[in-house]
Amino acid sequence: MNMKVNIAGVELKNPVMTASGTFGSGQEYSEFVDLNKLGAVVTKGVANVPWPGNPTPRIAETYGGMINAIGLQNPGIDVFVNRDIPFLRQYDTKIIVNVCGRSKEDYIEVVERLADEPVDLLEINISCPNVKEGGIAFGQKAEAAYDITRAVKKAAKQPVIMKLSPNVTDITEMARAVEAGGADAVSLINTITGMKIDIHRRKFAVANKTGGLSGPAIKPVAVRMVYQVANAVKLPIIGMGGIANAEDALEFILAGATAVSVGTANFADPFTTEKVVAGIEEYMIKYGVQDINELIGAVK
Amino acid sequence: MAKYKERAKVISQECIAPDIFSMWIGTKDIAMEAVPGQFISVYCRDGSRLLPRPISICEIDKEKRSLRIVYRIAGKGTNEFSGYNAGDLIDIVGPLGNGFPLDFEGSAFLIGGGIGIPPMLELAKQLKCETKAVIGYRDSNMFLKDEFERYTEVVVATEDGSAGTKGNVIDAIKDNGLKADAIFACGPTPMLRALKQYAAENNMKAWISLEEKMACGIGACLACVCRSTEVDGHSRVHNKRICKEGPVFPAEDVEL
Repeated sequence: MNMKVNIAGVELKNPVMTASGTFGSGQEYSEFVDLNKLGAVVTKGVANVPWPGNPTPRIAETYGGMINAIGLQNPGIDVFVNRDIPFLRQYDTKIIVNVCGRSKEDYIEVVERLADEPVDLLEINISCPNVKEGGIAFGQKAEAAYDITRAVKKAAKQPVIMKLSPNVTDITEMARAVEAGGADAVSLINTITGMKIDIHRRKFAVANKTGGLSGPAIKPVAVRMVYQVANAVKLPIIGMGGIANAEDALEFILAGATAVSVGTANFADPFTTEKVVAGIEEYMIKYGVQDINELIGAVK
Repeated sequence: MAKYKERAKVISQECIAPDIFSMWIGTKDIAMEAVPGQFISVYCRDGSRLLPRPISICEIDKEKRSLRIVYRIAGKGTNEFSGYNAGDLIDIVGPLGNGFPLDFEGSAFLIGGGIGIPPMLELAKQLKCETKAVIGYRDSNMFLKDEFERYTEVVVATEDGSAGTKGNVIDAIKDNGLKADAIFACGPTPMLRALKQYAAENNMKAWISLEEKMACGIGACLACVCRSTEVDGHSRVHNKRICKEGPVFPAEDVEL
């Protein structure tokens, strides 16, 4: 039975990875999860310099989901390279570094700094809804997405995954734009912009007023978008959005995702990633699936 | 320090004041590792509520490998917990965060306000130095007061003046002419802010326990940060993680 999948020439032992921002750089969750069992760890977004993030409260629970507006707090690329990459290198898993920035130059600086580091793939975050500059500004206009993809590709030594926002009218337009710009893969979906109001205090539940909605509540939207993108571009897709168990992960794979990321569900159960790997394996045994690649996009 | 995820068993549960519940939980390892001031993440059974509720540890019984939490119904999650009965299973992760220092030498006020009172009880049991408990309640529903009295002298403040000093915990300290070398405190942010200032003015050491909305509870998601005076070790900004570097901080280390 084969669970290996290939993203832009990088072979993953299985299709299960973490979603950026929910798993740090793996250190905290390694007290629970055996990182060796994961296809890849996708790190929290890292910028050229440290970012302090947004005021608190930064999160609020919603029905079947949560809203976050962390604001990409991160230590900057220097600390990341010296501390987080060596930590992850101890494990037999692929390293995918999520890169964030406020300007094209910021992204390029981080990508260049990573060129000679032992990381396997880069994921470019052009879809964070919680920072005022950069981020999503590149992810909501096809032309801007094309430009940033081209610029990053020129600077990058590793294959480039562009992370797409669902907060657009037509996500296939964005997928086509980054494909034209030279992207090696796409990941989707980032969070859906949302809002929650505390009626007792008559205040916004998160200080940023709006935040990104994630969790099981958004899964049907995410599956639909993965299916649309799979039918619009030839790039491999990393699917995410509300995956909490193997059944969820298999929906994304059948819709066209080559790999899947577990995000918010890590908070609900720190062992979710490992359980998803085991559950996919059980499914393959139950249905006599020899190779997971047979399942990718199998529902037309 | 090791953390564990356990399917634990509710030993007993009772309502000890309006909306305030006390639950003893039997654990395998968590109680054996816990220290006063730490907390546990408690998970809901209802799948529409994804995030664990961080709840401070009120008492630790290592002989019975059990923990006590005393919590207020603040929403649907804690309301769900309040319906659990002896024998019910409950998913918890812990022990989380850092507790209060237990090696302080000198005299100390143990100060709790509202639902910040419970973690001070185990501290009252374990601190070896001379202590006095100063407890702030809304009204005369003085939950846990008699239990504190087993371990230390207690003075009380109530917002409505129905018992003890009318006012807050600092009013009670002044009213009773109390003096100490240090403050250990947990409670609402305005109380902690006032205590931080009181400690600085009176040349006292102070350790305060903070709270904030949390998602992961283990330091990964960066939701529960507080403003720190020094650059933090994790992100190299001024944001310490309450769940990881806290919840107990030396008062001078945080800006409130």
